[in-house]
Amino acid sequence: MTDLSRRKLLISGVAATAGVASLGVAARLAQKYGLIPPDHGSIYGLGETLTYATQRLLTKHSLAREFRRDQISKRPLANEMPPLTDAFKHLQSGGFADWRLTVDGLVDRPASFSLAQLKSYPCHSQITQLACEEGWSYIAEWIGTPLLHVLDAVGIQPQARYIVYISIDPDWWESIDMADALHPQTFLAYGMNGGDLPVGNGGPLRLRLPRQVGYKSVKFVTHMTVTDNIKKFGKGLGSAEPEAGYAWYAGI
Amino acid sequence: MARLESVQVPLPDCVPTSAAAIAATTASPRHSALVRVTHWIITLCFFALLVSGFEIVISHPRFYWGETGNVLTTPLFQLPIPASRSLVETGYNYVLPDQNGWSRSLHFQTAWIVVLTGLLYLVSGAFTGHFRKDLLPNKSDLSWRSLSTTIASHLRFARPGAAEAWSYNPLQRLSYLFVIFVLFPLVIWSGLAMSLAFVSAFPATVTLLGGEQSARTIHFFVSLALLLFVLVHIVMICVAGFKRRMRAMITGAVATRKEERS
Repeated sequence: MTDLSRRKLLISGVAATAGVASLGVAARLAQKYGLIPPDHGSIYGLGETLTYATQRLLTKHSLAREFRRDQISKRPLANEMPPLTDAFKHLQSGGFADWRLTVDGLVDRPASFSLAQLKSYPCHSQITQLACEEGWSYIAEWIGTPLLHVLDAVGIQPQARYIVYISIDPDWWESIDMADALHPQTFLAYGMNGGDLPVGNGGPLRLRLPRQVGYKSVKFVTHMTVTDNIKKFGKGLGSAEPEAGYAWYAGI
Repeated sequence: MARLESVQVPLPDCVPTSAAAIAATTASPRHSALVRVTHWIITLCFFALLVSGFEIVISHPRFYWGETGNVLTTPLFQLPIPASRSLVETGYNYVLPDQNGWSRSLHFQTAWIVVLTGLLYLVSGAFTGHFRKDLLPNKSDLSWRSLSTTIASHLRFARPGAAEAWSYNPLQRLSYLFVIFVLFPLVIWSGLAMSLAFVSAFPATVTLLGGEQSARTIHFFVSLALLLFVLVHIVMICVAGFKRRMRAMITGAVATRKEERS
């Protein structure tokens, strides 16, 4: 081996090591600052991570667009959904008086809230768009209490990283990071356009997340768990959607 | 036969005619390595975006104008194709399988690759003078007379002269500039305008286009324009000589007179 080729080999070896090391450091930093989505392991993991990390950096505190009252859609579309469960129908027949939202996990005071109790927290409204990943959308006035008030009431512990929220149908569950959980427009919505939230739009209680597409706004929420380890839930991909081929982060 | 005829066209001085000059060809390729690599990356990405974009569209093949639109509102138009969701009334009595999950993920991941590759191409093109030297048409070529001659020869599907093996004709230059500086930025812009999180930080992205559904409709038409460009591009390559044009874009080499004879 000549000196020249040995030098070349050395230089490229050092460059490759530096490259791998800096990638490793970047990955560690991204992990530390919460820029890597739970479903980063798929063949689309690169795209999911780039989108999530970029949007998290750009949009951490940005507010979803709010619209004028005259822009509210005349009829808020009730999308197709799986048949209502017997448990749901039973609660519906009682006018949802027995509907409970249980909050547990990494909280100081696990609690179970009735709709009346949720309504005793500060009531806010937002006129925002619900956009489905299929391509259609509607604008409605969503009424509810920002999730952060409820999280304050139960006292989330400092190591909390994700909020898992589950529909009355336990196969229908999602999770969000703390940036979304504490965002002022993330609502526990119980009203729409001045009235109760219709069942077709997720009533009596829907987690409303206006900066992500519709499937993240889970209908009929009954259970919430605060966690530091999303891998413990389902297949560890963050929510039911990635298990069906959809992205966990849906800000795009 | 056509190949033999083309040899009759006088070759410009710069085309090497001896074996010794082939080395010069290799030293100075028709397209720079960066142009060739980015060209093929974008080509692969285009087809990935086309397939995944089509899959996304069939989940709701209706288009609207303004901020919102759904099956309860009047569409601008509806594509006469079946849908992958039963929500949309299509006139077909079947529903296609739902492919939206992987399609969206592939679409966005590919969009990232296109944007990053495109940036590399733009920055290097600006530094090397690629846009100025290779793509900006000469003032004299922009006269109506000159352009109409080029358009007429295109409409006759005339095989281009050998000089075009080394440089683009004015019509080609204008088309490429339009694709690079109008269609690509517009398709990226209208795509970002559909991202709820992105527009929460940069609302003008969507309001300037007239609303989220307008952005979706614009995205669709710009994609169609890009598809049309690709189809015409492929036809033109076939007219000009598929093998030689492909070689120029893959290896950078341009066929010499000797090689053309064989």
